[in-house]
Amino acid sequence: MAVMMELVNLERSFKVGRALVRAVDGVTLRINEGEVVCLVGESGCGKTTTGKMAVGLLRPTAGEVRFRGQDIWQMNAADFRQYRQAVQIIHQDPYSSLNPTQSVVDIISAPLLRHGFARSRLAARKLAAEFLQRVDMTPPEDYLDKYPHQLSGGQRQRVSVARALTVNPRFIMADEAVSMLDVSIRVGLLKMLGRFREELGMTYLFITHDLAVAKFFAWDGRIAVMYLGRVVEVGPTPRLIRFPQHPYTKALLSAIPEADPVATREKERVQLRSMDVPSLLHIPAGCSFHPRCPLFEPGVCDRQVPQLRDIGNGVEIACHVVAREAGVA
Amino acid sequence: MQPTKPLQSTHIKEEVTLAVNDLWISYQARRGTVKAVRGVSFDLRLGETLAFIGESGCGKTTLGLGLIRLLPKTARVERGTIIYSRNNIRASVLDMDNEALRSFRWKECAMIFQGAQNAFNPVLRIRDQVFDTARAHGESNRARVRERMLDLFQLVSLESDRVMNAYPHELSGGMRQRVLLALGLLLDPQLIILDEPTTALDILTQRSVIDVLRNLRNQLDFSLILISHDLSLAAELADRVGTMYAGALVEVADVYDTYYHPYHPYTIGLIRAVPTLSGERRDLISIPGTPPDLIDPPRGCAFNPRCPYATERCRTEQPQLETVGLNHQVACWNWQAVVADHGGRLILAAQE
Repeated sequence: MAVMMELVNLERSFKVGRALVRAVDGVTLRINEGEVVCLVGESGCGKTTTGKMAVGLLRPTAGEVRFRGQDIWQMNAADFRQYRQAVQIIHQDPYSSLNPTQSVVDIISAPLLRHGFARSRLAARKLAAEFLQRVDMTPPEDYLDKYPHQLSGGQRQRVSVARALTVNPRFIMADEAVSMLDVSIRVGLLKMLGRFREELGMTYLFITHDLAVAKFFAWDGRIAVMYLGRVVEVGPTPRLIRFPQHPYTKALLSAIPEADPVATREKERVQLRSMDVPSLLHIPAGCSFHPRCPLFEPGVCDRQVPQLRDIGNGVEIACHVVAREAGVA
Repeated sequence: MQPTKPLQSTHIKEEVTLAVNDLWISYQARRGTVKAVRGVSFDLRLGETLAFIGESGCGKTTLGLGLIRLLPKTARVERGTIIYSRNNIRASVLDMDNEALRSFRWKECAMIFQGAQNAFNPVLRIRDQVFDTARAHGESNRARVRERMLDLFQLVSLESDRVMNAYPHELSGGMRQRVLLALGLLLDPQLIILDEPTTALDILTQRSVIDVLRNLRNQLDFSLILISHDLSLAAELADRVGTMYAGALVEVADVYDTYYHPYHPYTIGLIRAVPTLSGERRDLISIPGTPPDLIDPPRGCAFNPRCPYATERCRTEQPQLETVGLNHQVACWNWQAVVADHGGRLILAAQE
């Protein structure tokens, strides 16, 4: 399968006062054409920053974002424009990502007119109606002249999706796109996004803190788990969920409560050595998980930063101990 | 395989802590009257944990605020009774005057609000906020308060001395939430209401708060009302679950029945829409349509426009909660058809 996007040793730090916060600290990730990759992790792990760099909204401090083999920050203007069209975003909050003074037809027409997909307002309106149909807002006439405040959260998010689809993208970065929606509406949206993979061959970088949602959405894709700015484990979804390898992934999976009383009450829990989440201003030396890790080995884990290593079955992990036991260290 | 139902938890006593009957609460909005809570009735027993689940706008927070009489000025209790009892002394919450309410709140019933871990006074040490609370409620013996607080901190797995002298910003979100839990228990209330206690906490932090809550439940005698949109939290902690839709309780059942043998089409819809981690990936089904406008809710059963089982009767007559099994009540005209359809049993991860 052709590689669509490649993040290579991506780093990004932010100045906070006089200090430097390393939000993303060497992320390497490959996303194939038509694949869905979920980026999961707790708040502050750098998943949104990574996503923003992938779509060119944020310039990395170091490392490269390659789109179809080309470093996006070395592209000429025409190529960059093409890349920007091919890559679209769905934001978390449909209440703030739509302009409240514009009607649905204005919102969807703007990119159509701007990028020359429609020559007149009338043509744009026609196309906008088609896009509304594509996101299951039927009949479109009921919605075209409405304003965002007249729509429910789920409908608003569908309008954001319709807007993203206007420029015929190949790649969508969705950042917590369903987190703010009620459960009864969430599934419909997830299924619709999934359908675009078959219908349009869409590729997704799907960012979420909810592993159960990631499991549902990326069952035939991959999950990448981030902790304090680094990817600690990547693997095919079913394998990662069933046989997590990295101690952090194990801890996360064992800690998540589930909507199933027997399963959730009888789950075995991984005990961590410490509950304190280190500050991003003072990321622990070596493996940043070592102060909490149950497998911690002094002299190894607190000295060297573990690199992502392939341990077979498409699984890569960044852990000295597990890698050694798998015989790849 | 059918999950084996654990024996009725021994911590639940016969005594009823809170009896709510036909409670109606509405808000005055410019467009009209929003009927946020519509005829809710339930009994809560001593030592029991009752979770209210439902989507945003279903009235669960309004219900919680109503129970402790902390509704905003635009809200009105239209009708109903709330009877609180402790050691066989009964009090009607809706008839309390300001003085009585003052001693009811915190000493009898403590509520921890959504996001309250961010509402500490940033310039006071935890210690001083503890003493303030105690003094405001008539307890001025600092030594005694301190001793009780240190015990409680231990119960919620906090380092007592360090936390006592800390400022709020020195504690993490999860620690602050645990301080709040301890603070809520300071005056030994018999009823605690938690509104979204783990929302906005990270996964590992959330786990520590859940474990602490369970631990508290096992060690102290109090009743707990848990308000959450998160079905997994209720699955973890509740003895009984009440499903709310459009301001009404549509199903009340033992936690295992709620998840494995739900009778109400809405409860079934909710549970089928939530992904789980254990087991195979199962298909999820969304509920068609959107929740109704509470200014002008649909006639009959409020769920009827979204319900696959809706009949003529559902569109005209509102069903009331009826008892359909041990500890199981449902408000649906067609629950028998629903049960016949899916065999009264949902397949979740645990049975696979």
